[in-house]
Amino acid sequence: MKKLNKYAPYLILAIMLIWQSILYAQPQRFPRPEFEGGYTFPTHQFLFQRGPMWEYMDVAVLIGALLVTAWMVLKKRSRQGLVWVSVFSLAYFGFYRQGCICAIGSIQNLSLALFNDNYSIPLSALLFFSIPLLAALLFGRVFCAGVCPLGAIQELTGFRHVRIPKRVEAVLTTIPFVYLGLAILFAATESQFIICRYDPFVGFFRIDAPFTMVIFGSLLLVTGIFVNRPYCRYLCPYGVLQNIFSRFSRKHLTITPAECRNCRLCESGCPYDVILQSDLVTAIEKPERSLKESMSYMLMIPVLAVAFAVILYNLAPSLSAVSNNVKLAKEIRLEKEEGIKAVSKASVAFFESGKTEAELFTDEQQIIGRFRKGAPWVGLFLGLSLGIGFFRLTIRNVRYDYEPDRGRCYSCAKCFKYCPVKIKN
Amino acid sequence: MSENGNKAESRRAFVKTAGRLLIAAPVLALPVILARKTDVKGYVWQIDPYKCTSCELCKSSCVMTPSAVKCMNAFPMCGYCDFCPGYLRQGAKTYNTAAENQLCPVGAIKRKFIEEPYFEYTIDEKLCDGCSKCVKGCYDFGNGSLYIQIMHNLCVNCNQCAIARVCPSDAISRVPATDPYIVKELKKL
Repeated sequence: MKKLNKYAPYLILAIMLIWQSILYAQPQRFPRPEFEGGYTFPTHQFLFQRGPMWEYMDVAVLIGALLVTAWMVLKKRSRQGLVWVSVFSLAYFGFYRQGCICAIGSIQNLSLALFNDNYSIPLSALLFFSIPLLAALLFGRVFCAGVCPLGAIQELTGFRHVRIPKRVEAVLTTIPFVYLGLAILFAATESQFIICRYDPFVGFFRIDAPFTMVIFGSLLLVTGIFVNRPYCRYLCPYGVLQNIFSRFSRKHLTITPAECRNCRLCESGCPYDVILQSDLVTAIEKPERSLKESMSYMLMIPVLAVAFAVILYNLAPSLSAVSNNVKLAKEIRLEKEEGIKAVSKASVAFFESGKTEAELFTDEQQIIGRFRKGAPWVGLFLGLSLGIGFFRLTIRNVRYDYEPDRGRCYSCAKCFKYCPVKIKN
Repeated sequence: MSENGNKAESRRAFVKTAGRLLIAAPVLALPVILARKTDVKGYVWQIDPYKCTSCELCKSSCVMTPSAVKCMNAFPMCGYCDFCPGYLRQGAKTYNTAAENQLCPVGAIKRKFIEEPYFEYTIDEKLCDGCSKCVKGCYDFGNGSLYIQIMHNLCVNCNQCAIARVCPSDAISRVPATDPYIVKELKKL
């Protein structure tokens, strides 16, 4: 007995050492054959799809398409030309490049690179994000007009024009802001790329998609026949940025090529109802807004911003459920506390991986902490946008022309044909 | 009246210019901020065969049909077994290579006699749909030489890989595009 006590530590040590070698040897259960006939291993072909040079080709095409669109909208004033640019963009960025890389999705790459050190953003993604925004600063939303494949597919399938009630429109247009905020938050915390996941048209571009995506995309396309560009108007997160940038654009599409005659012919011509009426016509109906009211709305902006920040801060733990690790931790905790067996593939893989539960739970807390850090900023952004939106209702510039709302106009050039003023070249 | 109008107009023009500069600044600054973090070559997605648990999600989750994930055989690790646990189904009633005894549901594994008693197993990538049944068989009972990889001639390099999103063992990650495959090799003891 004494002897056993004496040797036990060494025995355990020996077992531990041998155990290691068993683990190591485990993948080699069968000895490697020694061939006599001069057999050589077949070689694998490791194939690539496209060289990195092609990514810059995409950037060049992007710049070219933006310039051509701007020329069509501002100089040539040709709707037909714009349709052809849309067809080209749909063919190239949509069906040839299969919807990747796109400016809408690049928001997430940017956010991931900004807030994570282990990811460096591909240069092409950065260019795809910033070039259309610069174009918006110069020429308005020319990217939406003819370059974005998602815009193009809807532009080419929008035939009728159904007016949406103003209140419904106002509620629906808040969705993209929330979408943008959440997309940035989820990408920054490395949990999800929701923009790419819920891209409705990429399935059409690849002619291959899960059926839910096909149904969602087809519904949007069918809706788009009557309510034009539903994705752009009520979902697109990049559209929010385009909207803000386009408000400060240097040049922008004008309805009339020369001087507006206030003839009201274009009034109902816009499929997106973004033509702003001239005050010469509607001066009588214009409601008076007092300075006091305007000031009270201005004071509401910071209140809203803080309120939303607080709300989002408290929502952070529930938002963090999109992260796979948080989901897994919840499942494992349920198994521990309630005795419900965790059967998901993730939990099976977790038990196989040999990670401890403590590690998983600290990981979960870290992710929730990151959400707590990021979510208030999203709330701040949402509150500010809503506050500024309210405030903008109280101020109004005096207009003597009919002109498009620079933020919401897609520069689709459909209004040209309603203007009776023509310039002969 | 006209003077007031002019004033309002110049004020508006000033606000516009200021706003434009204010908004252009971050867009122009972004490349500068991110310059340190920019990568010209970019990334592709790849499966780490040492983390993979062969759960079969690669077959169903890829945006491509059939999946861009294909099986590979690491020949230096392969035992060239006659009774290959990746090739033949467990619990088969008869000992032959008839279709009902094969593990691969699409018959993508090709068996070739080399010399007694060794057989070479290669994968017909056109048929393989990445279900990784054979990977599990080889890992559980064999040398673990069969493993799956994302084939970059098929992969469309989604911004976020749809398989990576559901991968239970977190085996899929971004790898530099210059070195896009994680080849399984014989571990040195």
